[in-house]
Amino acid sequence: MKERLLLLALLMLGSGPVWAEQPAECRVAENLLESSFRLPRVTRAIVAKHLTVLVMGAGSSQLPGPNGSNGAGNAYPVRLQQALAQQLPGVEVKVTTDVKAKRTAAEMVKGLPAALSASKPALLVWQTGTVDAMLAIDPDQFSHALDKGINIAHSAGTDVVLINAQYSPRTESMIALGTYAEDMRWVALQHEVPVFDRFSIMKLWGELGTFDLYSATKKLDIAERVHDCIGRLLADLVITAAKPEEPPVNGSR
Amino acid sequence: MAPVPTERDLRLDLFRGLALWLIFLDHIPSNAVSWITIRNYGFSDATEIFVFISGYTAAFVYGRAMRQHGFIVASARVLKRAWQIYIAHVFLLAIYLAEIAYVANSFDNPLYTEEMGVLDFLKNPDVTILQALLLKFKPVNMDILPLYILLLAWFPPMLWLLLRAPSIALLASASLYALMWLFEWNIPAYPSGTWVFNPFAWQLLFVFGAWCALGGAQNLSRWIHSKVVVGLAIAYLVFAFAIAMTWYFPRLAVFVPKFVGEAIYPIDKTNLDVLRIIHFLALAVITVAFVPRDWPALKSRIFWPAIVCGQHSLETFCIGVFLSFAGHFVFTEVSNRVFTQVVVSFLGIAIMVAVAALISWYRQAERQGGGPRPPAAKPGYAGGDV
Repeated sequence: MKERLLLLALLMLGSGPVWAEQPAECRVAENLLESSFRLPRVTRAIVAKHLTVLVMGAGSSQLPGPNGSNGAGNAYPVRLQQALAQQLPGVEVKVTTDVKAKRTAAEMVKGLPAALSASKPALLVWQTGTVDAMLAIDPDQFSHALDKGINIAHSAGTDVVLINAQYSPRTESMIALGTYAEDMRWVALQHEVPVFDRFSIMKLWGELGTFDLYSATKKLDIAERVHDCIGRLLADLVITAAKPEEPPVNGSR
Repeated sequence: MAPVPTERDLRLDLFRGLALWLIFLDHIPSNAVSWITIRNYGFSDATEIFVFISGYTAAFVYGRAMRQHGFIVASARVLKRAWQIYIAHVFLLAIYLAEIAYVANSFDNPLYTEEMGVLDFLKNPDVTILQALLLKFKPVNMDILPLYILLLAWFPPMLWLLLRAPSIALLASASLYALMWLFEWNIPAYPSGTWVFNPFAWQLLFVFGAWCALGGAQNLSRWIHSKVVVGLAIAYLVFAFAIAMTWYFPRLAVFVPKFVGEAIYPIDKTNLDVLRIIHFLALAVITVAFVPRDWPALKSRIFWPAIVCGQHSLETFCIGVFLSFAGHFVFTEVSNRVFTQVVVSFLGIAIMVAVAALISWYRQAERQGGGPRPPAAKPGYAGGDV
């Protein structure tokens, strides 16, 4: 999406507010993290002092580790767990993952019921879209898979947060993400599910020079810091959306 | 049937030229300048303009050829044009493969392991290149020319029908569009999915353009100029603009009533959503209402750059695609500051105009200076290309 100028303008006007408690590199326009939708099941889980999260995703939810290990210790799901635990003192936070590279949304949905019944999470964080765009999967099928996955999660008593594709400047002219991002936004709107707009956030980082997303490197340092920020901003989104607000959350959402 | 005007309508060249500029700007990813293009302010974009005008000019040029020289000669010319476009497409593909292969070899970043998988097709070039030559493998942003090739290949019988029974031809085209929606027809693509521009859908706009060129526009003109129609068109454009704003300000999305959202989304570009057609028609009505055919400014210097691009649309389109690759390359390798983006965008348009002007001059020199063929051999060029 092309909110770029707008966001820059917002930032220049000083209305781009700032996550003061976090290191400067994660600063991002607030409207990218706002969601008008709540996460009532997460709210209840926090009240019950026990929050389980399932992260389901493809290759951009993991990092290659040092010496060829899977590097789970550095990817955003683990950072999410750390950030949630830190911001929710007294709540037992557990993040489990179902992450495998090169999976389309439909492929992930297949394993979803089993994964949900295994960990019984209050929240499903679902990263998808990149692989579907790369394989040029029929957008209708993509929307249908999202729809199905959200329905499965909701009927299993699990809230959903969707994560869209990464901003990847070098491959931007080779992967047509547009339709898939729009379809995700629309499905999310229909189900009143928050979307973590990873694409716009990373794009803003690229533009502000927060991270050099162009660099050709085998080193992991930038990738790890990016995932660290994603994990923490994701935690912010979850906690904000789970805040009980007026009118009090009563599960009618 | 109403007589077909003999003088080329410069408005067509002007708006096709502008459409080509917009396509170029939209094809550079993350280009700040593409904020000005129409796709951000409504449902349709430059593709509709390009396809409609291409249909219009194809009928204008080949319709006359078919009347004067018969079905066989005119069909041969149409197919020759389709062949030229195929060659142009393959040429662009070669440039694209060069760019991709360079990126694949020089770029490595653990953050983007998944995204780099898009280059995997380089590992089996035997299949990929064959599929590309069959028009099944079409890299991002290289979908319009294959559509154009198919539309032209199918055009001779359609033109024949349009010349004899224009209403029936238009009805046939609309029926094909309806059947496409009913049975979800499309052409398979490689490695998966279908054509990004469904030819069964987009043919409607092409044939409608052709129909307008062959007298349909005159029959419609009473309607187009009526105040009610213009008013409805403006109302629809305002509605589309309001919806488009909710894409950029998600906070506004809550003001879209649920039933409206359910009725309009998804707005399908692949299958040329009806909302897109109506948006294009509304734009066309406004344009025809406010830009008269004999508007003196059309001959002024201000519009010449766009008009000359529109008159040599195939060349300008190809150079535009090439320049959008090059532009993105500059963004990734040199700088992606907004200033660079503005410079690259305007420089790109300047190059498109320069190339179009060069071709224009070359054609003229060829005709005057006794080029390889006498001018009588190509009546197809009525002051420009198809």
